[in-house]
Amino acid sequence: MARSDVQLMLDVKAGDEQSFALLLHRYRSPLVNFLYRMVRQREQAEDLAQEVFIRVYRARAEYVPSAKFTTWLFRIATNLALNSLRDNRNQRMEISLDAPVNADAEDGDERPLDVADKHPDIEQHLVEEARRKMIRQAIEKLPEKQRAAVLLHKYQELDYNEIAKILECSESALKSLLFRAYETLRVELAPLVAQARS
Amino acid sequence: MSCNRIESRILPYVDGRLKLSEQRKVEAHLAACPGCRVRVNEFRAVAGLLDELPQIQPSGAFDARVRARVAAEPARRSWWAWFAPSPRVAFAASMLLVATIWIGSRPAGDATDPNSGVDEAQIANDLPVLENFDVLSNFEPLTDLPQPVQDDGSNQQDSNQKM
Repeated sequence: MARSDVQLMLDVKAGDEQSFALLLHRYRSPLVNFLYRMVRQREQAEDLAQEVFIRVYRARAEYVPSAKFTTWLFRIATNLALNSLRDNRNQRMEISLDAPVNADAEDGDERPLDVADKHPDIEQHLVEEARRKMIRQAIEKLPEKQRAAVLLHKYQELDYNEIAKILECSESALKSLLFRAYETLRVELAPLVAQARS
Repeated sequence: MSCNRIESRILPYVDGRLKLSEQRKVEAHLAACPGCRVRVNEFRAVAGLLDELPQIQPSGAFDARVRARVAAEPARRSWWAWFAPSPRVAFAASMLLVATIWIGSRPAGDATDPNSGVDEAQIANDLPVLENFDVLSNFEPLTDLPQPVQDDGSNQQDSNQKM
């Protein structure tokens, strides 16, 4: 039977390095994906995910299982992502206000490597790629906290209570935040929503 | 249930995370409100669209980089490690020990002699005389002067008797 996250973390606290490797294996993909969707740069997302794991490791001695492990983990990740976005924004303002921003610079990350194998119909592939791009851009347009809420809700499937703790707000405030985010997405993705409903 | 009150319940309803009693209330409202019904269906469509984004895989070197950083972390100091003295603390402690032994090994009379206080007071009173004596005894021009005639106590006594 697989050990729970809390048990693994308690084992790490007791000095079991192998348990840390198991936690790393269990959460590296969810963390990298969450951070990638937050910051939109793969390399930066991986750097931030590494930092999350290092912070977890450093805090092992003081770890007390007072909350779910995922709450703690994604709280660290969310704070790092929000700080990183803030730093990037400040940096961009310092570098140049005129520099062209290539919003699609990282789009290649999600492209299947072998298009021909998966998509014999190139036109179909282009349509799908355009849909994905539209969805990505709609998520990117969300205010950072709403974006984090949607990502944690949709892709990590965390409880409302857990997401509220991660974002340090009440559960009712979180529901309101998510409602506004989905409203924005509904408007931004109106053409695709209409297609989906027809 | 009004449209405003249902807003915060639409997403949990779409997710299937509402309690049965709440779910029934929402469904009752939806049956009577076409606007909210449309919104629920559109929220479902949005949730479906979000599922279309593919996952990315962490790069092959990700684990290795995390492990390397973990290995570079300083070893954890246990609670007992606080009792293990550092070189500086050990040196300071040994110096303190030596000083304590030295003070403790001094003769007890030095500190408890009742006359020692009197002697020190006398020395303090005589200090100007002693300082003058020290200056005069080392004053080189005085060494060139002829030595004074030795006068013993008996001559002094005789003169006194004559007077």
